[in-house]
Amino acid sequence: MTKKHIDPLERVAQEMKKCVKCGACRANCPAFGTFQREPATARGKVALAQHLVKGDITLDDGTYSAMSKCLLCGSCVDKCPNQVPTDEIVIAAREALAQRRGLTTFHKAVGQVIRNRKLMNFGALAAAVLGPIFFRKVPSTSGLRLRFPMPFIGGSRHIPQIAKKPFMKRHPEIIKGEPGKPTIVFFVGCMTNFVYTEIGEATLALFRHLGCTVIIPQGQQCCGLPGMSGGDLETVRELAEQNLAAIEKHEADYVMTACATCGGALHKLYPLVIGKRNPELKARLQAVADKTVDAAVLLQKLGLHPEETGTGQRLRVTYHDPCHHRTAGIAKQPRALLKETPGLDLVEMEGADRCCGLGGTFNVYHYESSLDINAGKSKAIIDTGADAVVTGCPGCIMQLSDGLKQAGDKTRVLHTVELLARKIRR
Amino acid sequence: MLDARTLQQLTDIVGAENIATGAQDLICYGYDATQMEFLPDAVVHPDSAEQVSRILQLANKENFPVFPRGAGSGFTGGALPKGGGVVLVTTRMNRILRIDTDNLVAEVEPGVVTETFQMAVEKLGLFYPPDPASLKFSTLGGNVAECAGGPRAVKYGVTKDFVMGLEVVLPTGAIIRTGGETVKGVVGYDLTKLLCGSEGTLGIITKIIFKLLPYPDSKKTMLTVFDSIDGAARAVSTIIKNKIIPTTLEFMDHATLTCVERRFNLGMPESARAVLLIEVDGDRDLIEKQAGQIHKLIEPLGLVQFRVAKDAAESEELWRVRRLVSPSLRDVNPDKFNEDIVVPRSKVPDVIRRIEVIQKRYDIPIVNFGHAGDGNIHVNIMIDKSVPGQLEKAHEAIKEVFQAALDLGGTMSGEHGVGLAKQPYIPLELNAAQIAAMKSIKAALDPNNILNPGKMLP
Repeated sequence: MTKKHIDPLERVAQEMKKCVKCGACRANCPAFGTFQREPATARGKVALAQHLVKGDITLDDGTYSAMSKCLLCGSCVDKCPNQVPTDEIVIAAREALAQRRGLTTFHKAVGQVIRNRKLMNFGALAAAVLGPIFFRKVPSTSGLRLRFPMPFIGGSRHIPQIAKKPFMKRHPEIIKGEPGKPTIVFFVGCMTNFVYTEIGEATLALFRHLGCTVIIPQGQQCCGLPGMSGGDLETVRELAEQNLAAIEKHEADYVMTACATCGGALHKLYPLVIGKRNPELKARLQAVADKTVDAAVLLQKLGLHPEETGTGQRLRVTYHDPCHHRTAGIAKQPRALLKETPGLDLVEMEGADRCCGLGGTFNVYHYESSLDINAGKSKAIIDTGADAVVTGCPGCIMQLSDGLKQAGDKTRVLHTVELLARKIRR
Repeated sequence: MLDARTLQQLTDIVGAENIATGAQDLICYGYDATQMEFLPDAVVHPDSAEQVSRILQLANKENFPVFPRGAGSGFTGGALPKGGGVVLVTTRMNRILRIDTDNLVAEVEPGVVTETFQMAVEKLGLFYPPDPASLKFSTLGGNVAECAGGPRAVKYGVTKDFVMGLEVVLPTGAIIRTGGETVKGVVGYDLTKLLCGSEGTLGIITKIIFKLLPYPDSKKTMLTVFDSIDGAARAVSTIIKNKIIPTTLEFMDHATLTCVERRFNLGMPESARAVLLIEVDGDRDLIEKQAGQIHKLIEPLGLVQFRVAKDAAESEELWRVRRLVSPSLRDVNPDKFNEDIVVPRSKVPDVIRRIEVIQKRYDIPIVNFGHAGDGNIHVNIMIDKSVPGQLEKAHEAIKEVFQAALDLGGTMSGEHGVGLAKQPYIPLELNAAQIAAMKSIKAALDPNNILNPGKMLP
């Protein structure tokens, strides 16, 4: 193993030393919860990373297998007595594995697609490749299922309707609001743009209701997280730079997203993993990170009155915290808005902040385990007797829908903004 | 090293998916919270007493050591495979077999996580008090083998006080039951007590019968701040002397408070030199009365703050101070020796004074906190191993801390055990005759010395 290959790990070697192998991560890691074997724990991965740096194990199949068993959900970091950033360490290990072994065929395809907007706009193809990550079986009640062959997984899977016209093609780049009101850059994200366009429409309607000027930069790309999950940091860097350029083109008060995952990329992961050797780039990424805000958080901050905009319907709802919200400390804000929304009765599920099991490409390689984690989530949702589960991440929406479908349950899965905008969207 | 035939036999016993020999698996079952590391030759995950028995019979026949392991959260290396051999992980045996609400007993397998068990009995209005800090991830089998303690030991005792009976696979492979589920029982030697705290050297626990209590009606949490360490230490013995037994009586010294305050900014009074976190539980009227008595008793001892939690949320807020200790300590120095001496409760002020002297003599930071109500102090010697000479200094200081505890009628370890970490210090506490008696028990039960060899006794 040459030095170059373990380079990404050398960068986080100091962080590894913080781990005292106490075992607290065993209580919080959803991957360990399903695999029940020590290499799936955070401390196990840290130990392996330390041995990689020492050089007494190599980036072989065993290492690959252990490092793949992480959802990058950050639960272990939250609860770690020493705040060991295992998520960063796993990202570094996956980058090292990718450098050493090359990307898997699947991840190569993911990289090619997410780097190519033209290709992505050709939705069917995007879906065919991204399908296994994003597009699980959706409720057949939608009646709009499509079937796509999944060459990289084998067999065929149910995937949701790909929007006939992506969200970004339906709107101009700049939608002028009232003078004196904030200007907001809307980072749309692939799932919203290509699949759940309804989330985009609801988000747009709410910020227009508040009089904001909304800019949807046409140059924006995929946030790159599907690539990061497979160690394809090259693709992530490329996309980060393109997104940065697209966002910086506009003067804005906020960079807003309705996707927890995209938010995690812009707000935390870009400045964390990119620009370690390029301080100027890092500073620019940090500037965008500082402006990045989740849609629900910003709506609350700007004083949205959900009684003016939200459902009149009587609905019992429960809220699922996306991992990328939990790690950013977002939990109270969406709940507060839902509580103020007429007709909604918010009930808490057990373990609302536990990962749904999607974990980027985790569910491609460990579909059974992903289902196992998701089954616990579905049970918690069903136990509340809620009519709908609400969340702030289109990725979670996909996964939760799949889980509930598998459990034979009809609970609806909605994004917070969809409920908040129901009145003004009709 | 295990030969291919032996590995095949192990595989036949547990199944191919429950044995691992890959480098990554060996690394991940070679550590615990001591940060020591020894690689095993194989890791097996049996699912029954019968499988454990067959593994041990094979071990005797082929002469390889077996190291039982639960969650691997021990502080003394008890589960580490020093010298190589087979790590036997008990976590697949994780069923709560029954909770008997008529007789207030429960039967569980060793791999059940402590908190999972507590939550299950609490749903039925019952109570399993032992609460080691690791309760969210440590296993009950490990708790019994190490005789884990915890803050609530002041009033309720430690793990062994709740173990009524066991199913154990002896080192030779015989499966026996010890004790039972009756309140009384005197037939034969008390092997149950012998196995509690035996650190996996005398047998592998495959079932545990626990005694349960009714869940206490209510509790009250108090955070008390003192202007001197001596005042806090005297408060501990004063409360006990006045015949009040709190559920917990947690102690934090000035160094501990400084660490927590620096990192988390809790707004402690300037004059704070020590904190006692006191909890009482039981009948609502009684605990009100006890809280009042405690306040009156400790008032003259330099009390500068007395906060009582009004509800569960406030109680949690007061506990936060204690829970933040561990993440804060690393700010002092990167490496920590976490000792857990115990002295008779009236001697807490004396031992604290002795430790202050030791700290000054060696000029290394010693941070003290812990379960002072039962005389159990966590003495954390904080060093930087990369600084030449510090490690040697730490070992000398540890020896003196142990000696101080022993001089005052105490013991070197209240709940962490001996394992590998405290083995060199054993002769400070046990004399040759005591060690010989223990060794003869070990030899009688484990003639081929295959179960957790090289641990505990020197």
